[in-house]
Amino acid sequence: MLSLSPRGTASDFWRYAAPVLALALTALITGALFAAMGRPALLTVTTFLITPLLATGGLEALLVKAAPLVMMGVGLSIAYRANVWNIGAEGQYILGALAAGGLALALPDAPGWVIVPLLIAAGLVGGAGYALIVAWLRTRFNANEILTSLMLAYVAQYLLVYLVTGPWRDPDGFGFPQTALFSDAAGGPRLIDGSNLHLGLMFAPLIALAAWVMLGRSVLGFQLRVMGQAPRAARFAGFDENRLIWLAMAISGGLAGLAGMFEVTGNQGQLTINLGPGYGFTAIIVGFLGRLNPLGVIPAGLLLALTYLGGDAAQMNLGLSSAITGIFQGILLFCLLGSDVLISHRLHWKRRP
Amino acid sequence: MPPLVELAGITKRFPGCLANDSVSLTIAPRQIHALLGENGAGKSTLVKIISGVLHQDAGQIIWCGTEVTIRDPAHARALGIGMVFQHFSLFEALTVAENIALGLGTARERVGLRDRIIAVSLSYGLPVDPDRVVHDLSVGERQRIEIVRCLLRNPKLLIMDEPTSVLTPLEAETLFATLRRLASEGCSILYISHKLDEVRALCDVATIMRQGRVVAHCVPREKTTSELASLMIGRDFLPPASRRVSVTGAPRLVVEHLSLAATNPFGTALRDVSFSVAGGEILGIAGIAGNGQGELMDALSGEILAPAADAIRLDATPIGKTGPHGRRRLGGCFVPEERNGHGAVAGMSLAENFFLSGQLRGVLARFGLIRRARTTDFADRVISRFDVRASGTMAEAKSLSGGNLQKFLVGREMLLDPAVLVVSQPSWGVDASAAQAIHQAILALAASGAAIVVISQDLDEIMLLADRIAVIAAGLLSDPVPVAEATREQIGLLMGGVASHA
Repeated sequence: MLSLSPRGTASDFWRYAAPVLALALTALITGALFAAMGRPALLTVTTFLITPLLATGGLEALLVKAAPLVMMGVGLSIAYRANVWNIGAEGQYILGALAAGGLALALPDAPGWVIVPLLIAAGLVGGAGYALIVAWLRTRFNANEILTSLMLAYVAQYLLVYLVTGPWRDPDGFGFPQTALFSDAAGGPRLIDGSNLHLGLMFAPLIALAAWVMLGRSVLGFQLRVMGQAPRAARFAGFDENRLIWLAMAISGGLAGLAGMFEVTGNQGQLTINLGPGYGFTAIIVGFLGRLNPLGVIPAGLLLALTYLGGDAAQMNLGLSSAITGIFQGILLFCLLGSDVLISHRLHWKRRP
Repeated sequence: MPPLVELAGITKRFPGCLANDSVSLTIAPRQIHALLGENGAGKSTLVKIISGVLHQDAGQIIWCGTEVTIRDPAHARALGIGMVFQHFSLFEALTVAENIALGLGTARERVGLRDRIIAVSLSYGLPVDPDRVVHDLSVGERQRIEIVRCLLRNPKLLIMDEPTSVLTPLEAETLFATLRRLASEGCSILYISHKLDEVRALCDVATIMRQGRVVAHCVPREKTTSELASLMIGRDFLPPASRRVSVTGAPRLVVEHLSLAATNPFGTALRDVSFSVAGGEILGIAGIAGNGQGELMDALSGEILAPAADAIRLDATPIGKTGPHGRRRLGGCFVPEERNGHGAVAGMSLAENFFLSGQLRGVLARFGLIRRARTTDFADRVISRFDVRASGTMAEAKSLSGGNLQKFLVGREMLLDPAVLVVSQPSWGVDASAAQAIHQAILALAASGAAIVVISQDLDEIMLLADRIAVIAAGLLSDPVPVAEATREQIGLLMGGVASHA
């Protein structure tokens, strides 16, 4: 019988080398998959990791996709380090987008210096507020946050569909399920004139840096880490477990809402029934690939953004199904978590007792 | 009649301690044999060797006249050695029969299992219904399942590890009747306990262990409970010369009528605990493990809040409903028994671990940020003052040996200038010189006017440090008496649960 036993000590080298190893294994496995479908195996690497960057505007597209992933990945890293498993960032992302979108529709004539800060606040409050439902269920009824946050993500999706096809539908939109376009001011300033680079691209790395300082240097970050590593020690020190759960959910939810807000106002310019390719779930992979370290989340977010572009390229150039992005990301997470298990545990054969 | 099992010169050494030192004992067929001793006397090690979990370094096991090497627990079961552990391994969602089936090895053993369960339970007076779901059963009923599971294999020797620690008195009586019946039908029983009355009532022969060695074989019925107690604890008094002259001031820590329900099924409820400790005084709380020490520690440190604020007072301030943070603000410092995961975070550096409990009293945070230089400096002082062997303040707690981490944790609280220090097992797992350093620091702290509570299972340690001693047994605390007036016999009786609670 195959059996796992703890190694006792984990190698620091492999902790950080694991993402690289996982990426290599993913290339191998998807290569085999390509070969099975009658296409050259090496095409995976070039299609997913190189072609998108060579395309016109490829870099710009990459950064626009990476921004929400990094923001959400940072928030999730903080929550996961505290042992709070928020799986529903997708729902908080949608609620942040709805709060901001609703506000932008309600104030079409507000100047930029008024509307942009309001939108940022709306995104944060929308996402955090939605996440706090999960925190309340956990602290009040001890309901598992993995289940409740995931289920609430689907509720959010239906709320979005209802609003966009119902009360918020653009009356002049020929019946399409979408709202009116937001004002130009609501889109916020561009980092480079004429480009698609919105304000969120500047926020994402700053948020990652702030989160890194918070986790490593602040009392709050210390409390969150202690609760994640040794809940008994957190009680001994006198940290309030419920307060930390509320905070971890509020931070991860707020950052997800912020990501949703920037995506709809800065990039899409209106609400539709499809607010993105599931950034909220991909952000979970980003967090783990970045080793739950806010600075590590930045390269991880860029890599996962690249797989979205690679998936598009695979559809267009090779005629593959759109499911290919999900497959690539899924295999990557699988390989990464598998490597993590093998870093901390040894696999061996054990005689049946 | 030839003996069923004979142990000769069993020796087992663990790093830093001799757990069994040439232990010999003989169990006759049909005998109920008590293995009596304090925590750490070496009972569990010996039983693990008999049941194949550990292997002895030296000595022989002679089973039914032939020398055997017991390879593993399965081999022990095949020989006819059954064991009922203190904590059960049952699946709550399954029925009794399903649980028993899971414990059996092969499909052949499961044929007609239900009928056999009923037959065994009827013939030994162990009422269990094979179709009940374990979830609904009491602790006593669950123990019966474990016993039935053993009996289905027709054991020749049944080992019971502190079986009554989880039972009500009535359930215990039922158990004794069953054990007597088993013995009369040919199954020997090795009965591990520290409860003296039980051993006298039930057992034919007793082997008494102390510090890894057998100190006596006797017939417990022929001894008084006090005689057994002093055998178990040992008579060697420490010279009273080592006692310091205590200077006591006003009471600093007062506990009055503190009752707390147990927080888990294996926990102990605290029942009407009262004591007070003055400045400059050390109160020792003795007792066998699992009699409420953990709960008392949690109640004093504020991890579990008392029902009334007035139940605990620190320098006359009611703190019963104040959390650990607030108690530290008033000068409370605590060293819990468990190091990694409770007193320290294994994966964090010593500096971060200093911050864990030192944040408030060490003023280690400003504007919500950790003052790293100051924290490192404090951790460094603990390391040098208490001779902690570590690669530095950045060493992770888990990289330290148990003794060194213990020195760091005791030293951490010492450096925070406590008004009241509550320390559990201060020298547990620490070598002699380190223990001495910790003891001296505790005495010095008391001399400077702090009130100190030492909770320990090591009676020698309490005799050495404490001015007054109280014993905790089944959640009840005896009235503290001056150490100079306490006899080991009296304390042994209290530890064995022979109540004299005034």
